[in-house]
Amino acid sequence: MADTCQTSPRKRPKFLGLADISFRIHLPLPGKLSILHRVSGALLFLMLGPILYYFQLSLTSPAGFEHFKNFAAHPCVRLVCAGLIWAYMHHFCAGIRFLLIDMQVGASLAAARFSTLIVFAVSLGATIALCWRILL
Amino acid sequence: MINRIVVGARYGLKDWIIQRVTAVVMAVYTLFIGIVLVAVRPADFSVWIAVFSHGMVKFATFLFALSLFYHAWIGMRDLWMDYIKPVGLRLTLHVLTILALVGYTGWVIEILFWRL
Repeated sequence: MADTCQTSPRKRPKFLGLADISFRIHLPLPGKLSILHRVSGALLFLMLGPILYYFQLSLTSPAGFEHFKNFAAHPCVRLVCAGLIWAYMHHFCAGIRFLLIDMQVGASLAAARFSTLIVFAVSLGATIALCWRILL
Repeated sequence: MINRIVVGARYGLKDWIIQRVTAVVMAVYTLFIGIVLVAVRPADFSVWIAVFSHGMVKFATFLFALSLFYHAWIGMRDLWMDYIKPVGLRLTLHVLTILALVGYTGWVIEILFWRL
């Protein structure tokens, strides 16, 4: 093993693509939280345009508000809304965890692993509660 | 000799701090608007528009939107830098992201200050 390292040095830096992260590398739970932070952020960014459009529509006129309400009542739209609520909640909770770790709160390995579980529990709980309250 | 690869975008402490400051602004706004909406429970247009016509809500929503767009820029820039290798495609995505976010900023100003 040692001499193979000497004869053919491993190629560095190593670039990880999306495919590597998705399928080839087994991430520990905090790593999954982190990559989902990126996924949820990207999702929210991609939906900014539609969100702004429907925010504007809901505030344009009583008719626009009704149109918005009818649109939001469609099952497919509700599914997307549920996804966006999850994305917001996960991004929010995971973000607060990152802020705390930046301030050296819960930065030890054990604490960081434990707070991952809290983030998943709180964000999923809040998602279910909000979907229940708003979408059902 | 050091073979340094010039990767392009500025990448430093300023953006790191802005990402966190905008996050705090958005977190505070989220709690604020959450409390307002739970208290008011807007079910029809007149209540809904009254909430966002209120000076405080308008002001806070505008700051939230600005924070969101700057935060989204730093976040998306990092994603394009990390996952999109072809330089031309990456540059294109960077530019499209900036254009979208600058456009959204104008749009939010229009919604909040022209229409309400």
